[in-house]
Amino acid sequence: MKITFDWLKDHLKTNLKEKNLLEQLTNIGLEVESVESVSSDNQLFKIAKIIKTEKHPNADRLKVCDVNIGEKELKKVVCGAANASEGLITIYAPPGAIIPKTNIKLETAKIRGVTSYGMLCSESELNLSDKSDGITELSKKYEKNIGKSYFSKSKSNLIDLSITPNRPDCLGVKGIARDLAASGFGKLIVSKERQIKLKTKQTLKVKINKEKGQGCSAFGSCLIKNVKNTESPQWLKDKLISVGQKPISAIVDITNYVMLDINRPLHAYDADKIEKGIIVRNSKSGEEFTALDNKIYKLEKGMCVISDNKGVLGLGGIIGGTRSATEFDTKNILLESAYFNPRSIRNTAKKLNLDTDAKFRFERGIDPLSIETGLKKAASLIQEICGGEVSKIDIQKIESYKTKTINFDVNSFENIVGFRISENEMQRILTDLGFIIKKDKKFLKLTIPSWRPDISQQIDIIEELARISGYEKIKTIDPIKDRSKSTLTQTQRLFHFLQRAIASKGYLETITWSFTDQSYNDHFRENNKEIKIVNPISSGLGVLRNSIFSNLIMYMSKNLDRGFKDLSIFEIGPVFTGSSPGEQKTVVCGLSAGKKSRLSWIDKERNIDLFDAKRDVIQTLSEAGYDSDHFFIDSKTPNYYHPGKSGRIFLDHSKDKVAAYFGEIHPNIINKIDIKTENLIGFEIFLENLKLSRKTLKDQKAKFVVSDFQKSERDFAFVVNKDVEAQELISVISNVNPNLISNIKVFDLYEGQNIPDNQKSIAISITIQSSEKTLKDKDLEKINNSIIEAVENKTGAKIRS
Amino acid sequence: MSDLKKIRDEFISKLKGKLDLAELNQIKSDLFGKNGLVSSQFKKIGTIDVSERKKFASDLNIIKDELQDLINFKINEIEKANINEKLEKEKIDVTLPERSFVRGKIHPVSQTIDEISSIFSEIGFSVEEGPDVENEYNNFTALNTPDNHPARDMHDTFYLDDKKERLLRTHTSPVQIRTMLKDKPPFKIIAPGRTYRSDSDQTHSPMFHQVEGLHIDKNINMGHLKGCLNYFIKEFFEVKKIKMRFRPSHFPFTEPSAEVDIGYEIKDGKIIIGEGNQWLEILGCGMVHPNVLKNVKVDPTKFQGYAFGIGIDRLAMLKYGINDLRAFFDCDYRWLNHFGFDPLDVPTNYRGLSR
Repeated sequence: MKITFDWLKDHLKTNLKEKNLLEQLTNIGLEVESVESVSSDNQLFKIAKIIKTEKHPNADRLKVCDVNIGEKELKKVVCGAANASEGLITIYAPPGAIIPKTNIKLETAKIRGVTSYGMLCSESELNLSDKSDGITELSKKYEKNIGKSYFSKSKSNLIDLSITPNRPDCLGVKGIARDLAASGFGKLIVSKERQIKLKTKQTLKVKINKEKGQGCSAFGSCLIKNVKNTESPQWLKDKLISVGQKPISAIVDITNYVMLDINRPLHAYDADKIEKGIIVRNSKSGEEFTALDNKIYKLEKGMCVISDNKGVLGLGGIIGGTRSATEFDTKNILLESAYFNPRSIRNTAKKLNLDTDAKFRFERGIDPLSIETGLKKAASLIQEICGGEVSKIDIQKIESYKTKTINFDVNSFENIVGFRISENEMQRILTDLGFIIKKDKKFLKLTIPSWRPDISQQIDIIEELARISGYEKIKTIDPIKDRSKSTLTQTQRLFHFLQRAIASKGYLETITWSFTDQSYNDHFRENNKEIKIVNPISSGLGVLRNSIFSNLIMYMSKNLDRGFKDLSIFEIGPVFTGSSPGEQKTVVCGLSAGKKSRLSWIDKERNIDLFDAKRDVIQTLSEAGYDSDHFFIDSKTPNYYHPGKSGRIFLDHSKDKVAAYFGEIHPNIINKIDIKTENLIGFEIFLENLKLSRKTLKDQKAKFVVSDFQKSERDFAFVVNKDVEAQELISVISNVNPNLISNIKVFDLYEGQNIPDNQKSIAISITIQSSEKTLKDKDLEKINNSIIEAVENKTGAKIRS
Repeated sequence: MSDLKKIRDEFISKLKGKLDLAELNQIKSDLFGKNGLVSSQFKKIGTIDVSERKKFASDLNIIKDELQDLINFKINEIEKANINEKLEKEKIDVTLPERSFVRGKIHPVSQTIDEISSIFSEIGFSVEEGPDVENEYNNFTALNTPDNHPARDMHDTFYLDDKKERLLRTHTSPVQIRTMLKDKPPFKIIAPGRTYRSDSDQTHSPMFHQVEGLHIDKNINMGHLKGCLNYFIKEFFEVKKIKMRFRPSHFPFTEPSAEVDIGYEIKDGKIIIGEGNQWLEILGCGMVHPNVLKNVKVDPTKFQGYAFGIGIDRLAMLKYGINDLRAFFDCDYRWLNHFGFDPLDVPTNYRGLSR
């Protein structure tokens, strides 16, 4: 909502300065978004006429225009607008002018070899409207003003307010003035409307159809006959220009002025173009009309239309149609002032993807009692400026406005807001805001002003009183440092632990978007459902990620392109399994590329491999409190991993839920994504699959058992078929006597000479120690033999002699 | 000259010569071995006349000690010389680089979430979470934002179905709804997390982070809200004083509602929080609307309280001088390395939030 202090003063008597105004507006919840200083600069923009146009010698789309700017000599201006044609009256900006939209200072410049002295401006460049196709077109009436400044010399800055959606009343200057007055910033001026004589009858019949979903509950109108539509007088033009509106013709300007002044949208029809009478009704499916934006709209069933015998004239409260539009030669007008239901307006506008000033206001709720005021105000201005006779006002209603009242308990205020104001002060504020107060024993019985659709219950009154009294009166009550519940749950603690544990292993934490590129996602989707976003920001971000890998690989690739070769990144966050709330899992996903010890003078460089990732995962899980001696590992992994070089980890042999995957990324994916690195290794840890320990550290630490009896270390080498996994041997050995055997380690793996082709040799070291006694040679020998026997029997291995 | 004196003199003179380790060991064995000269003398003690035995034994011990000390001294000298010689050869250029190491980092948003949680933990808030995909009811309707209300325009929503029933949550406020439906009052929670709006430019990212706060109990009023936020902002920016301004605003789910600005100034191109005459909007808050409480079956005549929503990314940007929001999610190695935190830097109250 754009206003000026000058305009506010039409409704507000005050001696305060603009600086105070800006502060006060913000203090009462009418946030000042920006203040544009109207400096003398805009006086540079002149009304000008194109005298001649020629094609630019070096560019097909450009024209060289000779422009009359009221000086002796014509200016040569290069212009690319299609509508730049001989005779057009437009707005000229000389070198040195600052274009309001871009804030760029214009300079004399050569454009494709032709010097352009200044520029012809579009409405958008001047912040007059969003219209950017073509330069501004001014009516012939401006011809006498050629060379004069387009903008008037307003001293008042343009103040842009961000009005919250609950305050339609402040979409009119008067509403803002009322709020300011209530807060003690000046006095509201009760404007005396000029009385005009309304003698004739409104002869054009208006009917609101009583039908289901009728979006219009009241339709007020008057006929103004024998008007002479003209250019607006300077005061009106200045007023509109001062808030960034473009004057069009007196009738349009007056309706706009009334709308901006008291938030009462009006619509003026050329009465002679209406066939017989007005019918307000629901649209039929497929009906069409051309709106004032020159677009043809095809309507769905049930939209609120203003129509006549011939068909649709306009969409009530949203946009009028070209068929009944007023023009400079319009003689008789029908002025409409109606009440449209906010929901109906919003539904229709959304379906047609239409956004207009009227729609913005009606969907927030227009004062239902402003129908007559608005008509009178506009009609009187029209008569004053354009002449004509105004008919009596006709109001058709299918529903009457009922005043709303609420009982307000004055004690409730302090209870919510925490400070006190006197009942007198409350009454003063509410009266100033337009409430009518009746004092009851316990309550204030309040009649809610018709322009405040946002107020319906006690809390709304509390807000009004707090807002107008000022939030700075709220006392600061310091918080008490007291905790009755632990801050984090066990799962949340695990989340934080895993996050920092992985980072401590050299991984950079990333946060990537929860959505991703469908083609990347497909590589990692497996059999999961694809979850599409209906309205994505771009087609490359069209699906929710089924795996974090899609994003990590994309960004890894970008970093490799930046020239970083050896890199580990990870993310902890959601992946999605469905489109219902809760169908998501928390995953820690890591990705490493390149080599270890690249360019080292001391260590041998090697490609990063799956055992690096496996170490990071196992170490992290161990640090998080899971006993790696119990882990079970196999090689069944999703198909985005290298089938032979990847594994999955279970926390124990029950193989209940997969704790993690690790391994090389499938070469096909690396190929397709065309990522350039020596090796690409990833892992995924599934937070929800990690069983939370029931034992607290307090319990675990309490048990401390070690043996000081002599221990002995033994080595074994077994020759075994290649498909037998090391884990199997370890498991067999540990089961021989878990009380005595510990520290089982594979320290060598050998294939080749002296070993049959399909076999391998695995060397294992173990520690044998009793917690009860020093074992004798005889005991050790027995354990040795049991180990060899068990391994040979259960795995088909042979001890290497 | 007694035998003892003879042995002594002979070996003392021998030991004065230049001997290597082997020769010294030979002498040692010649004297103190099983049948060594000194050892043999000890065996003789028993045969010596009682009157002289004491003196003999004493003399023998003196000679034994003298010779032994001398031999040990000589051996030590040689070993020392050997080590010194070895050390001379083993000198290495210690300015050569160490074995390589890599440093992982924690993302600034994660670090900021931990800082926030740590601050609110002190005053009794616990952390709640909710899903990223929400239904329309929890995200809007239950929060007093009915369908077709213009307030919905304030949120550009990503939808997952054509009926617009499933969406990516546009704020963390639905966690309020879930928490209150699940438990009974009082409630004192914060809910940090990912939020989504279909908005993308220099200052907007389609995904960002918010932390929701909710405190519902008997008699919680706007003074408590002001106190809580004042405490939080001071702690977060690690400053003693803060300039804070509550400004009336409108959110459908709170009433009265406020936007909170903090004072700042730019000094030498750096933003200083808590001083100066410029205002910066950092959060929205208010008293939870009675309609919201009714929607979650909490009696608004008995319970009341406040809620707030803060942009986490924005807080991180302000505190750590990060200019570009989009860079948070761009995963540029150089950016992560520069703005990331060491994983051992866990924000805590006793150690301080940041270094």
